[in-house]
Amino acid sequence: MSCFKSKFADELIANAAYIGTPGKGILAADESTGTIGKRFASINVENVESNRRALRELLFTTPGALQYISGIILFEETLYQKTASGKPFVDVMKEAKVLPGIKVDKGTVELAGTNGETTTIGLDGLGERCKKYYEAGARFAKWRTVLKIGANEPSQLAIHENAYGLARYAVICQENGLVPIVEPEILVDGSHDIEKCAYVTERVLAACYKALNDHHVILEGTLLKPNMVTPGSDSKSKVKPEVIAEHTVRALQRTVPAAVPAVVFLSGGQSEEQATVNLNAINQLKGKKPWSLTFSYGRALQQSTLKAWGGKEENVEKAQKAFLARAKANSEATLGGYKGDAQLGEGASESLHVEDYKY
Amino acid sequence: MSAFTSKFADELIANAAYIGTPGKGILAADESTGTIGKRLSSINVENNETNRRNLRELLFTAPGALPCLSGVILFEETLYQKSSDGKLFVDILKEGGVLPGIKVDKGTVELAGTNGETTTQGLDGLGDRCKKYYEAGARFAKWRAVLKIGENEPSELSIHENAYGLARYAVICQENGLVPIVEPEILVDGSHDIQKCAAVTERVLAACYKALSDHHVLLEGTLLKPNMVTPGSDSPKVSPEVIAEHTVRALQRTVPAAVPAIVFLSGGQSEEEATRNLNAMNQLKTKKPWSLSFSFGRALQQSTLKTWSGKEENVKAAQEALYVRCKANSEATLGTYKGDAKLGDGAAESLHVKDYKY
Repeated sequence: MSCFKSKFADELIANAAYIGTPGKGILAADESTGTIGKRFASINVENVESNRRALRELLFTTPGALQYISGIILFEETLYQKTASGKPFVDVMKEAKVLPGIKVDKGTVELAGTNGETTTIGLDGLGERCKKYYEAGARFAKWRTVLKIGANEPSQLAIHENAYGLARYAVICQENGLVPIVEPEILVDGSHDIEKCAYVTERVLAACYKALNDHHVILEGTLLKPNMVTPGSDSKSKVKPEVIAEHTVRALQRTVPAAVPAVVFLSGGQSEEQATVNLNAINQLKGKKPWSLTFSYGRALQQSTLKAWGGKEENVEKAQKAFLARAKANSEATLGGYKGDAQLGEGASESLHVEDYKY
Repeated sequence: MSAFTSKFADELIANAAYIGTPGKGILAADESTGTIGKRLSSINVENNETNRRNLRELLFTAPGALPCLSGVILFEETLYQKSSDGKLFVDILKEGGVLPGIKVDKGTVELAGTNGETTTQGLDGLGDRCKKYYEAGARFAKWRAVLKIGENEPSELSIHENAYGLARYAVICQENGLVPIVEPEILVDGSHDIQKCAAVTERVLAACYKALSDHHVLLEGTLLKPNMVTPGSDSPKVSPEVIAEHTVRALQRTVPAAVPAIVFLSGGQSEEEATRNLNAMNQLKTKKPWSLSFSFGRALQQSTLKTWSGKEENVKAAQEALYVRCKANSEATLGTYKGDAKLGDGAAESLHVKDYKY
């Protein structure tokens, strides 16, 4: 094997496969303190620990929702928080057979000499941090790299740096029992067409898998979190979900080895409904798909929930219903069975695109 | 798409998929003049054009053989030869539903500063040669890169050079309508275990697919011809199921689903070993998003050659021997081979020649 020998190998492989269980997917609830602050500001809620705790409790205790969720990505603070009645969130998850995950990167910094391209930091002491998180109950991790499409972007340097950073992060996670989600997000910003996005996505993913191979990562114990292949946000061309599905799956067929158990898409700036409908089209597509195709959505699972809640206790039940509706819709989408009938919560069709998005 | 836009795209995709048709595979009959000379001398036959022509006619007109084949790889001389009643071999193949292929590399040369590692040559004027071959009826090509396992081998240099040579050859083929078979053979020579072979195979294949992506090759219009993952020739043997498991896992870790078919080389395996191993792979229950078939040279022709021995009166028996192996391998692509092929003379004989050069 060109992969390294990990004492956690069997566990990594089992957990990665579990996350890709048909009918389930990931809730990305790992917004950093700064980012969640922006969300709160949009609904006039103060960014304090108790509010952050209250939001996550709202999500994790929604009746009937966790059956559609195989994993939840958390920010470090949340890993150690409890429900109002004193139960650790990780225990709530475990009892519902949901794997806790943890964001481990420390954001992006600019690459000198490029046109605003970035690399992701967080490798220093990562092994120690992973050990701690494993002890606290985490079983998978996430590290987001960001690339953009422009006249001369992404550059060879940006692709290389981000791919090799991801690979180093991935093997450190596996050494410490955490399934690494490999996330090479290509921002949707720009006026390029879908062919250009496909071209860049294939180039970036090919580089990622070469880097993962060089670093001896156990592919069966990883997950991929890519962007879907779509036209740029400023593109005049709007395309149908079937076209997005075709280009996306083809890009994956050309680059992602069958050993990877599941591909968990990010939603980028897509609205809740778009993200679901596109995932559904992907799962309806006839073609070779040797990996599960599911979701790892943040904004696209929480937008209407946030709006319905508005920070008020009396809105919790309503907000939880909104969350359940999106969770169920996306679960159906992983089976190609979504009929477009999810009760659209307020804002479900609203684009969630924010230019040059920073978590 | 990161693939270049080829006017031949649809044809390449259709031909590559056809070669991977379940129940079919490739006969590698592309031995160079020098190499076929060694085969002929082993059966005391003179190496002249007539005998080379006779042998290939024997193979291509063997009753029942062509239905088991989707392609035959030819050496340049053979592409222009005819049967004894004046019919072009390429026409015989086409009428039999078999795509003609052509070996386009010009052999290996040593890489300076390495421990006997090589790179493959043949890129100069390759585009024009491919055009000519396409006009003569060829629809796929083959280029053999060679790596070896040793203390410090394969080196990063040899992996890189061979992978990027393969990628350049591949895109030139596609520009000219030929489906490229990508062949990164890791020689079986050595005393290493199967794990070592697996690690090297995964590293080499990962490098190949990175190179193919860099060169904008249309993966749906290519084929892969790898070694199976086995212990070294000086190491104890393992069962076909173990070979199947390690081989398929290596492919799952490196070969994108867009590749329609994988056509294994037989290396030094005997006819029977090669068939059993292929059969075990096709029986394995696991993700296999590509056809798994054969591109066998020695492992399809060994008993045929021995039976023929250059004599006209042996042609019929020799053709039967070929049919037996073709049918066995056809069944192996479906995982239904029962091990009951009438073993011809030499079918169980190892065909390993150390440090094999075509």
